[in-house]
Amino acid sequence: MDTVFFWLLSAVAIVASLLVIAQRNPMYSVLLVIVSFGALAGLYVLLDASFVAVTQIIIYAGAIMVLFLFVVMLLNVPTEDPPTGYHARLLGGAGPRRAGAALSVALLLELFWALTRMGDGPSLGDKDMGAAVSSVRAIGLRLFDVQGYAFAFEATSVLILVAMIGAIVLARRESK
Amino acid sequence: MPAFLTPELIAHIALILVVFFALQISAAVLVYMERKVAAFVQQRYGPYLVGPRGLLQPLADIVKLIFKEELRPKAADTVLFYVAPVLSAMAAFAAFAVVPFGADTTFFGLLDHPIHLAAADVNVGLLVIFAITSMGVYGIVLAGWSSNNKYSLLGGLRASAQMISYEVAYGLSFAAVILLAGSLSLHTIVDQQDGYWLHFIPKWYLFIQPLGFFIFLTAGVAETNRAPFDFPEAEQELVAGYHTEYSSMSFALFFLAEYVNMVTVSAVATDLFLGGWHGPLPLPAGFEWIQFFAKTFLLLFFYIWMRWTLPRYRYDQLMEFGWKWLLPAAVLNLLVTAFVVAFVIG
Repeated sequence: MDTVFFWLLSAVAIVASLLVIAQRNPMYSVLLVIVSFGALAGLYVLLDASFVAVTQIIIYAGAIMVLFLFVVMLLNVPTEDPPTGYHARLLGGAGPRRAGAALSVALLLELFWALTRMGDGPSLGDKDMGAAVSSVRAIGLRLFDVQGYAFAFEATSVLILVAMIGAIVLARRESK
Repeated sequence: MPAFLTPELIAHIALILVVFFALQISAAVLVYMERKVAAFVQQRYGPYLVGPRGLLQPLADIVKLIFKEELRPKAADTVLFYVAPVLSAMAAFAAFAVVPFGADTTFFGLLDHPIHLAAADVNVGLLVIFAITSMGVYGIVLAGWSSNNKYSLLGGLRASAQMISYEVAYGLSFAAVILLAGSLSLHTIVDQQDGYWLHFIPKWYLFIQPLGFFIFLTAGVAETNRAPFDFPEAEQELVAGYHTEYSSMSFALFFLAEYVNMVTVSAVATDLFLGGWHGPLPLPAGFEWIQFFAKTFLLLFFYIWMRWTLPRYRYDQLMEFGWKWLLPAAVLNLLVTAFVVAFVIG
């Protein structure tokens, strides 16, 4: 049963991710990102990490809502037409295309390399792993322990605060 | 009978069906209640022609909605226009799945082991509700965008701004209760409120967290887009907001979603602050859920009463209230609760 769900959710996640870049309409792309994240959350549930799954939905759904607003309010383009003229040379010209192709080949090789090294990590059906990941208490203790991730966690929150204030300052300056 | 069809499985399937149909019926009951309460507030009779005392009015409404023509604006986005109401209704129903509504029961000896009275028993139930309610706004925003109508789009944008603003206070009022109970499971939170102080005051979190309860209810009204926070569909400004272009069953789905969301918020408030199925009366085992439904019903009445009593705020007042009053109050509530839990209790 678990295996069936695993393949189903993986298929949904991969197909949705591929469709994200295949869409001309940014609205559909944004929606497909949510579908992909939802499938990912389902995979977490299969791994018995329900807390991570729910966090995935809360945080990414909230973040994508903002993306949504960007699409609606800032882009204001119903469809993405293939660029022409100067932009075509800039973005779709021979040089950038070659670089993009080279990068995607490198990414593919890296993926295969990672997949061949896999095997000693936690796998599906390994339920002992689940207790450590799903327990909110265990996550909290590791996250806020001084020996654990406390410094990284606090540093990240300060970083995000700085980014937020920066965004507000930049947005304010324009309206003057 | 096949071997996999154990009594437990049948009980679970029955529970899912009961929750699903109870939610639909409660929406119908709420429509009737809304119209009758509105009539009472405005000193008129309300529906009284269809059935005894107008009791069959919701049924007549449903039949009317089914037989109406399904219209779609020419410039609307074909797929999203039809997906949006389905998303709304789906999120509304899914959120109630993890709400427990009664003590563990064996159905009077039918089962060997007692089961939880909830469609799904999840140990991070509260977070699941939070996640699903935050997904509900997509239905509204998509409806507003895909209709290709300026009023719809404005309604959808307002919905998203309002929900993002009030979700923070909403989540923080949860968090204080989670701190007190030490668990994310709604079932555990309810069981923590069992018992009485001085033999007659039920140990509800309402009495420990009065500010939290107020924040939860206020943010809950804003989250469900009900008056006095019904900006996404403010008639005087936006025709009907995000569902301006909808007719027939797709309109009915939005309507259904709104009422089911109200039921969910009231049920969660009952579980979090009013002791769920515990207190004020010591009911015999197997009948505790009656109290749960009574309290939820009272909260729903409060919702409707408020809609017909308070006028709508102005949009900037809504934002100011959310960010400058409700959010600081929620943060303060959380800090004080955390301090007390850390240094006084523990």
